[in-house]
Amino acid sequence: MSNNPRTGLLRFVITCLAFAGAAGFVVDASAGVLPEDRADLLYFRYEGGGVTISGPSMLVQKSIGEHVSLSANYYIDMVSSASVDVETSASPYEDERTQSSLSASFLLGKSTYSVGYVNSDESDYQAKTLIMGVSHDMFGDLTTISFGYKEGKNDVFRNVKIDDVKVNDPAFEEHMESKGYTVGISQIITKNLLLSGQFEVVTDEGFLRSPYRSVRFFIDPFSQGRQDEIYPNTRSSNAGSIRAKYFLPWRAAVDGMYRFYTDTWGVIGHTGELGYVHPLDLPHFGGQWIFETRVRYYTQTAADFYQDIFPRADFSNFMARDKELATYNAITAGLTATYEFKIERFPWLSKGSLNLRYDYMTVNYDNFRDARFSLGRFGELPDEPLAPGTEPLYKLNANIFQFYISAFF
Amino acid sequence: MFIRGLFVLSLAVLSVGCSSIEPWVKPYDRENLADPIMAFTRAPISQDFLDHVFESREGSRGATGGSGGGCGCN
Amino acid sequence: MSVRTVKGFAKGLALAAAFVLPAFAATSSGPAPGFQLSGRGGKAIDLSQFKGQVVMINFWATWCGPCRQEMPLLEDIYKKYKPMGFTLVGVNVEPDAKGAEAWLSKQKPVSFPIAFDTDSKVSKMYKVAGMPSTVFVDRKGNIRIMHKGYKPGDENIYLTQIRSMLKE
Repeated sequence: MSNNPRTGLLRFVITCLAFAGAAGFVVDASAGVLPEDRADLLYFRYEGGGVTISGPSMLVQKSIGEHVSLSANYYIDMVSSASVDVETSASPYEDERTQSSLSASFLLGKSTYSVGYVNSDESDYQAKTLIMGVSHDMFGDLTTISFGYKEGKNDVFRNVKIDDVKVNDPAFEEHMESKGYTVGISQIITKNLLLSGQFEVVTDEGFLRSPYRSVRFFIDPFSQGRQDEIYPNTRSSNAGSIRAKYFLPWRAAVDGMYRFYTDTWGVIGHTGELGYVHPLDLPHFGGQWIFETRVRYYTQTAADFYQDIFPRADFSNFMARDKELATYNAITAGLTATYEFKIERFPWLSKGSLNLRYDYMTVNYDNFRDARFSLGRFGELPDEPLAPGTEPLYKLNANIFQFYISAFF
Repeated sequence: MFIRGLFVLSLAVLSVGCSSIEPWVKPYDRENLADPIMAFTRAPISQDFLDHVFESREGSRGATGGSGGGCGCN
Repeated sequence: MSVRTVKGFAKGLALAAAFVLPAFAATSSGPAPGFQLSGRGGKAIDLSQFKGQVVMINFWATWCGPCRQEMPLLEDIYKKYKPMGFTLVGVNVEPDAKGAEAWLSKQKPVSFPIAFDTDSKVSKMYKVAGMPSTVFVDRKGNIRIMHKGYKPGDENIYLTQIRSMLKE
C-alpha cells in the first residue's frame, strides 16, 4: 500500500472513473471509439556516437466485434556499440534486444479500458511491464480524461567474456522495480484547435545504475583512477506536458509541445517540440502525398551526484558519470514523406501508405568530457594524452532513418 | 485528505454544473478535427521508436502521450 | 474493507451518478421543424412535400465513418419501404455541398433524396447532438424518436420504428 499522497489520490480518482465507466456501460448512453484497425512494418537505423542500432518493428491492431480491440507489437534492436563509454573502458560489443507486447482495449459506454503487457529481452537485461489504463469521454465528447498505471519488474545481469565467449557473470544478478501513474486530459477548444495535457509520476526502486560504467577521480592533476558508480536505490520523478494542434485553412496542421521534468536525483529537463504537416496532391507523382517536418529541443541539468571527474576517490555517497545524467542540450530535426495509395484489387484495404523519415540529432554536453583524449580507445593510449579534466567537451551527432509501410482496414 | 476533499468537491460542482454545458463545438462542425492529419500521432509505430531513442539517452521520462479529438461519431 | 475504502467507493458511486444521469437526454418531440434546402442537381427539397408519409431524416457527413458505413443499409431500407408510404431524407451537414455531391457520385448509387445543409441551420433546429443522427417523423409531421450514432445492428432499431409508424 503506498503512503505517497499523490499516488493515493490518483488511485482514488481511478476508482471514481471505474464506477462512472461501469455505470455508463449499464446505461449505454453513447460510445467512444475503438482504436482503428491497422498493420505497420517499420525498418529503422540509428547511427551516431559510435553506436549503430537497426531493426524491424511490426504492429498489428484489430478490433473484434464492437467492444474489443487487440494490439500486438514485435520489435528487435540490433546493437553494435563502440560508444565513447565503451571505447574508454571495454571492447566493442554487439547485442540484440527483442521486445514483444500485447494489449487489449475494451469499449464500454463512454469509457475505454485497456490492459497490456510488454516483455523486453537482451543478453544482460530483462524487463517485464504491465500497463493499465482507462479513458472517458465527457461534455459532448469534447473532453477526454484518462488515467494510467504502469508496473515494471526488471532483472539486470552483467556480461563478461570467458574464453572469448560472452556470458552472464554467474555472480551478478540484480533487480529493480518501477511504478508509474499518469493522468491526462484532452480538450477540443474550437473546431480547429485541440489541446492535451499529461502528468506522470514514476518511482523506481532497486538496482538503478549500469553494471559496466565507472566514475573517474583525480589521483593527482595528471592521473585519474576509476571506481564503480554508486547510485541511490530509489528515484521518483514528475513530468508534466502540454500539447496543442491547430488546423490551418489550406488543409495543413501545426502542433507544439512542452514538457517539464524533475526528479529526486536533481535532474531537471525541458523539452519543446514543433511540427508542421502538409498534405499535397501531386498527380505527376502518383497522387496523395503528405509531408511533415518536426524540430525538437531538449535541455537538461545534471543529477546532483553526477560529475565528469570527481576530486578524489570515494568523494561522496553517490557518484555517477552516465552522460544521460549530465548537463546538456540536444536538437533533433526531421522530415517525413508519406505516399498514400489504394489498391482496387483489395477492397478490404481502405488505405495504404509508404513512409520515409529522416532525423538529425545533435547533442552538446556541458559537463561530460571526451575521455578518449586522456584514456585512449580500447586501452590504447593516445600519442599525447591530455591531462584528465582538460579533454574537450563531448559532442554527439546521429542520423536516424525510418522506413515504414502502413495498411488500414 | 484536504486535497482529496477539494477534488471531490470540484468534480461534483463540475459534473452538476457542466452537465448543462452545451458542447460548443457541434458534432456537425467536427470535420477538421476528424481529419487524419489532426491526429497527435499519425504513426504510433514510428513515434514509439523515437520515444524509445530519446528516453534511452535522456534523463527525462514520462508524459509523452497524447490523444483525443477525432470525429466524435457514435 | 476499511471504512475509508467504503467511503471512497461511495464517493465514486455518487460521482458516477452525476456523470451518468445527464446522459438520459430528453428525446425530441413535437412537430418536426420545416425546412427548405437544395438537393442534388440544385433541385429544392422541402420537408412539407413529404407530409402524410413516414419520414426518416438522416444527418450525415462524408468525414464520418459510421455515416458512410450505414449509407448502403439506408438505401436498402428506402427501396424496400418506399412503396408503403415511407421516405428517407439524407441531410448532409458539410459547408462544401459540391464536394459532398462529388463524393456521392463515386459511391454505390443512392436513390433517396439528399439535401445540403451548408450553413448548419437545419442541424441546429433539430439539435443534432451526434454524428450520424436519425430522426423519425410520423405521418402527421411529428418527431417520434431521435437516434444518435450508428453501430452495426442499429438498422434493426430503424426497421422496428418504421414498421410501427407505417401501421398508423
